[in-house]
Amino acid sequence: MNNAIDNNIFANPGNLPKRHQIGKIWSTIFFASTTIGIVALTVLLLSIINQAMGLVIIENKIDPMTLAERPLEELPKEELISILQANLSKNRIKTIEKEKPLDARSQIDIYGLVMERVVQPTVVKSYTLTQSLLSRSQIEREAVEKYPNAKIEFRSWINFTFLKKTMSSKPELAGVSTALMGSLYLIAITIAVAFPIGVGAAIYLEEYANKDNRINKIIQTNIDNLAGVPSIVYGILGLAIFVRTLETITSGAAFGIEGNNGRSILSAGLTMALLILPILIINAQEAIRAVPDSLRQAAFGLGATKWQTVWYHVLPNALPGILTGTILAISRAIGETAPLILVGASTYITTNPSSPFSKFTALPIQIYNWTTRPQDTFRNIAAAAIIVLLISLLSLNAVAILMRNRFSRQRL
Amino acid sequence: MEHEISKHLVRQTAPVVTSSQEALASKLRMRFRPGETLIMGFLFVCGAISIATTLGIVFELTKESLLFFGKPEVKLIDFLTKTTWQPSIGNFGVLPLVTATAMTTFFAMLISLPLGLSAAIYLSEYASQKARGILKPVLEILAGIPTVVYGYFALTFMTPLLRLILGKENVQIYNTLSAGLVMGIMILPLVCSMSEDALSAVPRSLREAAYGLGATRLETAVRVVVPAAFSGIIAAFIIGISRAVGETMIVAVAAGSGPNFTFNPLKAAETMTGYIARISGGDLAYDTPDYNSIFAIGLMLFVITLSLNILSRRLVSRFREVYE
Amino acid sequence: MINYEPNTPNLSDANHNILEVKNVSMYYGSFRAVKDLNLKIQPNKITAIIGPSGCGKSTVLRAFNRMNDFVRGYHLEGEICFHNQNLYAPEVDPVQVRKMIGMVFQKPNPFPKSIYENVAWGARINGIPGNMDDIVEQTLRQAALWDEVKDDLRKSALALSGGQQQRLCIARALAVKPEIILMDEPCSALDPIATLKIEDLMRELSVNYTIIIVTHNMQQAARASDYTAFFTMDPDRAGVMVEFDTTTNIFTNPHDKRTEDYISGRFG
Repeated sequence: MNNAIDNNIFANPGNLPKRHQIGKIWSTIFFASTTIGIVALTVLLLSIINQAMGLVIIENKIDPMTLAERPLEELPKEELISILQANLSKNRIKTIEKEKPLDARSQIDIYGLVMERVVQPTVVKSYTLTQSLLSRSQIEREAVEKYPNAKIEFRSWINFTFLKKTMSSKPELAGVSTALMGSLYLIAITIAVAFPIGVGAAIYLEEYANKDNRINKIIQTNIDNLAGVPSIVYGILGLAIFVRTLETITSGAAFGIEGNNGRSILSAGLTMALLILPILIINAQEAIRAVPDSLRQAAFGLGATKWQTVWYHVLPNALPGILTGTILAISRAIGETAPLILVGASTYITTNPSSPFSKFTALPIQIYNWTTRPQDTFRNIAAAAIIVLLISLLSLNAVAILMRNRFSRQRL
Repeated sequence: MEHEISKHLVRQTAPVVTSSQEALASKLRMRFRPGETLIMGFLFVCGAISIATTLGIVFELTKESLLFFGKPEVKLIDFLTKTTWQPSIGNFGVLPLVTATAMTTFFAMLISLPLGLSAAIYLSEYASQKARGILKPVLEILAGIPTVVYGYFALTFMTPLLRLILGKENVQIYNTLSAGLVMGIMILPLVCSMSEDALSAVPRSLREAAYGLGATRLETAVRVVVPAAFSGIIAAFIIGISRAVGETMIVAVAAGSGPNFTFNPLKAAETMTGYIARISGGDLAYDTPDYNSIFAIGLMLFVITLSLNILSRRLVSRFREVYE
Repeated sequence: MINYEPNTPNLSDANHNILEVKNVSMYYGSFRAVKDLNLKIQPNKITAIIGPSGCGKSTVLRAFNRMNDFVRGYHLEGEICFHNQNLYAPEVDPVQVRKMIGMVFQKPNPFPKSIYENVAWGARINGIPGNMDDIVEQTLRQAALWDEVKDDLRKSALALSGGQQQRLCIARALAVKPEIILMDEPCSALDPIATLKIEDLMRELSVNYTIIIVTHNMQQAARASDYTAFFTMDPDRAGVMVEFDTTTNIFTNPHDKRTEDYISGRFG
């Protein structure tokens, strides 16, 4: 079109600079979108840590200084017992003795009792970590003005005693031990049910099923579709089948254990097993498919039966992959909350589950419950419980990654 | 058996000893292996349990829903058109729950669609191996965080942030906007990884053709690769919608507890899943209107998510057919 | 089709064929992969199957111990008789067939276990009597591998070289005490020295076993086999056997033009 002919085509780049500029802008946008994932994750973790520790204003019902001259935790057991007896009514001492005689308890235990029953420290106000770091002097001023008898201390809501203590209606005394035990129990049942069935189904579909058969096609499609059903629908199923219809079994009545209803840890475990089965099967299928066909051929060529081939060669070689997939499915089950609400997890329970037919609570249920309480201090312990949950999930996933790496190294 | 053993012993020293015809025939005969049959039966049952699960879901949801709609006070037309939902006192209009679900889903998709697709384009078309090595695990971690934690995040971070920006008087403590936005972050990794799969399935030759015609990287990505992967990307979006509709804990914590027929995202409203979670939270008595209603809502959820999932799988398999 | 009777005046056991293929056609779905095959395999001889790729050599070999059963859509018409017993009769158990007719595959495929376990496993599941250590030693000696691995029996089989792995796979097959050993291009993944070792080994084994080998390497067939079957593809892409004779005759005096072309073409 140009009358003047350019000898050097690069001298007339036409619209190219503009196109490059647009390209640059968009590549920045694409990159920014991707980093939003990192930003979101960081903000989420920080906001949880922010809530899990910070300054608190504590008021004691009885000043410990009036009870003894030395700090209470340094007192010998006998002195602590006498403080307890002096400040509590006979009846209350009796109920405590009923659980475990005072003499048989440890010094730490008695100290805990004195704090809980006599001193009764109450967190009247808690601050987030950022508030505590940025405006400490203001908080101190506020504390002096509004709570003259109170003292300020820095508190990490996530600590060792938080793991050991049971549920309490007072957030400063509450802990996650019951919830942790409940989650462990729940996961044990889930694994015990889902693992053999899931691996079995995967073996059937990969090694036995004739893929042209209609029933097998339906099974495969059905598993893929089940993986996308919302977890709350599994909860409804669990409520209708395990909690209600099979109540005699899931409450233990069929085994002569009375006093429970269908809202048991067994119902929850079975529901959770159904929930993770499709994921587990799909993962296990992938692991089995990855076993080279030459191994199967070698075994069949030696006159092995199908099961001998599967048991001695396919499964051992697929096992690391299957276990990795199982761990991923399990971590899904550990964090699931909605189905547990449906099958009736208790929110206030202080005893560890004693059998599969017990009432129970679980870590995510506890988090949900505490999150929805209006008081700030419950938010703090919810954050602490979230940290416990996330750390357990992270360690599980670390195990899965280690296993996968070790496996792939072996293959090479 | 004896013959078999002696034959083997002989064959270790001497060449082929021809066995008698009958012995050979009996050796070759089909063995009944009860163990093998039993195991195969067990494995089939394992596979069939998934069918039983589906049938169980369909059966229970339908049965209880029929009980619900069979009540004289429940009319299907009211259910679908009335705007008040209070089953315990006889108001059965499901619309407030549906609009709340639609709103949270809308905001979730508003976040996760553009961001998920952009991130997928970056990871598939731009990112170096090293960048992928960092970004992919982050997205995987994000995908692995329990939804109740996201709920906590919505309530303790997103809502205060919204109130800070839009004014405390405008934003209620519980609101669908906050729940929807956080849900978008939750769904982002899913949309991203499915879209990325679709993009990376587009053959290299197509990209090379575009580069060969003098296209820039952006033009190649947006004009060639994305259209080629379109059905796969749509499938990812649909799965994202399905996940948003079925998500429970974020909305149960942050969207509000109480049906509210509103289109204002800054106000509290209860979604379908949120309602089910709240109603069943206490000791729910069997065969009450409340009890039956969760099955009716559950059936709606199941039908919606299942159709979306099937639609998405169809698109993915159609997409695969083109390139495999 | 013409039935090519082997031209063997000096057959010691002429009235007995260990394997006899009678009017066999094989199909993958509706595609006919092998057409109208008739073949008689002599005991204690090495029979080579040669031909261009895609002519159904491997399909025929795998039909002998029913390894094709695992292929979707595969079926066979006709009879393959082992000592006059039809292997495809409905009452025959393919697992039993594979115990008597062993197989060595194209690529060495040892189990990812120890050398010892590789040999012992087949013997164990098939209930071969005797001391397992002795069985392992004996079969490894038979496979000419014992001296190389006797100190490393507990080491992973995957640590062996390709040629050693393939001899291990042969030892593994021997431990089950088959009568026939099928070899599907056993040297195609090996270097010339390892190949030579396997060929020597085949010669030694043919004293006690009947060996059928598929090979794309005509020199190998000429060197190592007693009989040769030449396969090719007919116009509708089905594999057909063109000629079957002693190896000497096939390579020096082929009857069929196609055989001659193929052989001379390759020897060029």
